[in-house]
Amino acid sequence: MAEGNLQVSPGPHLWHGLSVSKIMYIVVIALLPPTGAAIYFFGYRALTVIITSVVFAVLTEFVVKKMRGKPFVMDGSAIITGLLLALTLPPTINLWMVALGAIFSIAIIKEAFGGLGHNIFNPALSARAFLTASFGVEMTTWTTSTGFTADAIATATPLSKSVAWQGGYLPLFWGNIAGSIGETSAFAIIIGAIILISLRIIDWRIPATYVGTVAILSLIIGKDPVLYVLGGGLLLGAVYMATDYVTSPITHKGRIIFGVGCGIITMVIRALGGLPEGVCYSILLMNAVTPLIDRYVKTRPFGLVKVAKSKT
Amino acid sequence: MTLPEKVILPLQQNIGAPAAALVKKGDKVKTGDKIGESKSFVSALLHATVSGEVEGIIQVINPASGRLCDAIVIASDGLDTTADFQPVKDVSALTNEEIIAKIKDAGIVGMGGATFPTHVKLVPPKDKIVDTLIMNGCECEPYITSDHRVMLEYGDKVLAGLGLIAKVLSIKNVYLAIEDNKENAIEHLAKLIDEAKYNFQVIPIKTRYPMGAEKTLVKTVINKEVPIGGLPLDVGAVVQNVSTAKAIYDAVYEGKPLIERVVTVTGNIKTPKNLLVRFGTPIKNLIDYCGGTTGGEVIMGGPMMGIAQFDLGFPITKGTNCILVKDALTIKESDCINCGRCVEVCPMGLLPTLYPKYVKKGRYADCKASYVENCVECGACTYSCPANIPIVQYIKIAKKEIIKRKASK
Ligand code: SF4
Ligand code: SF4
Repeated sequence: MAEGNLQVSPGPHLWHGLSVSKIMYIVVIALLPPTGAAIYFFGYRALTVIITSVVFAVLTEFVVKKMRGKPFVMDGSAIITGLLLALTLPPTINLWMVALGAIFSIAIIKEAFGGLGHNIFNPALSARAFLTASFGVEMTTWTTSTGFTADAIATATPLSKSVAWQGGYLPLFWGNIAGSIGETSAFAIIIGAIILISLRIIDWRIPATYVGTVAILSLIIGKDPVLYVLGGGLLLGAVYMATDYVTSPITHKGRIIFGVGCGIITMVIRALGGLPEGVCYSILLMNAVTPLIDRYVKTRPFGLVKVAKSKT
Repeated sequence: MTLPEKVILPLQQNIGAPAAALVKKGDKVKTGDKIGESKSFVSALLHATVSGEVEGIIQVINPASGRLCDAIVIASDGLDTTADFQPVKDVSALTNEEIIAKIKDAGIVGMGGATFPTHVKLVPPKDKIVDTLIMNGCECEPYITSDHRVMLEYGDKVLAGLGLIAKVLSIKNVYLAIEDNKENAIEHLAKLIDEAKYNFQVIPIKTRYPMGAEKTLVKTVINKEVPIGGLPLDVGAVVQNVSTAKAIYDAVYEGKPLIERVVTVTGNIKTPKNLLVRFGTPIKNLIDYCGGTTGGEVIMGGPMMGIAQFDLGFPITKGTNCILVKDALTIKESDCINCGRCVEVCPMGLLPTLYPKYVKKGRYADCKASYVENCVECGACTYSCPANIPIVQYIKIAKKEIIKRKASK
């Protein structure tokens, strides 16, 4: 071979091949079951909410990147944000509110902080919190899940404080209950979780400790743990949002603290606060302490002898 | 493989002091003649690897350090006349000092890549108790099979070499740590141990990069952690590479200096092989001997820690275990997404993601406080980073900078 053809690059000369955008698209695929369930249970309304949210999220990303003079890469992260936001919204919400939420999540929460990897808060959840603060009524109007067939009628969610849940466990599992469009079907979310955990895209520690903490605490305060785990947005949040790399800790230990913290705050809000639900705020609160966790919870360097340990 | 027409022998092929040339242009040398020596204890002798005439001393760029170093060039006369090697009939009669002297005279260094002079390892500081000898039968990196070959073909010599080390250091616990994907080597050596009645123990090790790294190996075999900045010696262990053990046998039993080694030639190569190569043979000769290449990047060493070469005239040295040709990766670095993969894979328990961030801001003190010096540069973090951040490059920068600052103080 001619010497001129020699290529020289720094080592290592092997790469795992799992790129950021591949990871993002696997998450998109893992989001398809709950997305499908949302459309199945809430019909056209869910479909239009989802399309609006995703389209506006991706468009916003495109426009903001152009404005910042950065290349726009279709890495899938904006699709995830759009999908996740849609799945946390009630079926009856006005579409312009959805669009506003999507723009807010990408432009303000993600890009204004510096783009993927630099945001402190989960963009989808922040947008949901923003919409709840701005449009309280629309964000808490729930309807029955009647799919494409009949007109939906207003009803309460399983975790409602005024009406006790009497529907049994099966609907909680399959998802034909009231709630945000993507959170109702535990079945669909568990399929997504299996995909993500088996491909090692997400760390099982966060959903496991989060859900576990909620179950144990609800037992302690004498509530039905099945209802508390399946009846609200817990699974959706624990699997897809609390595990967001950028806004959760980097170490195993840190992630356990994060999951337990989310669980405790969720239960405090549900049991003591005025709201029936607490998943969104608990994850956002833990997002805020994540830099702190990462700062203090570190791995133990190999060969660190005990004497030196007090220094860390 | 066939002898090269010319060998290029850098005077520094080891950690420690370089050797000084003992020959000059026009000198006639025989294979195995001493041609380089240093007064420093932590250094290794250098021998002619072919017979012929010294063509001169040139400067080459050491591909590992990027620094210039002197190299002796010998034009082969094609005869390979050897110097007078003195085999020893009764090795058991040798004193420890005599054994160590023979190892030193043979110019033996750690052949797993570290190239630390072996005789130094055999004279531990008085205050250290050494009670364990581990043979490193784990290939340093994927793709490399040279140690595997040596275990199969020279198993008896390897064991005899280990026996000598155990004797010199009066060690009772001798372990042969071999990766469990090399079943035939495990069986073969276990059989030889049985036959020759050695008191050694073969330990199959789960194949997981970077098992060939000394510290991880020691931890796996005797469950002791080498302290940060320490050596295996600090926990009473000495690790020896397979090829080094064989070289010790050659030196003591046969009086032969270290002039050749087994090198894996693989990747985009017509017929990948393990070759027994004289030091100083240019990389190009090995590739041609194996039928040539379809192109790409020529890497000296393995895919993880190896260094891409810009000159195929560069020679095989004592620490070269592999020549790998593969297509170069294109690196498109993006921002860290905090996924934690690098943290998960780091064998040294570090937070690799921190170093690029610190280095970009010039925060070297923070790198140091985060134990950057503990990094063994195995490349596992970069390998698994989805954002394609060349973390190891940043780590190397940080380490260099820390050393520079220390020196200027
Ligand atoms: S190269 Fe990376 S993975 Fe390997 S020891 Fe260093 S920091 Fe850890
Ligand atoms: S593997 Fe890469 S992207 Fe992931 S945390 Fe480490 S440096 Fe960041």
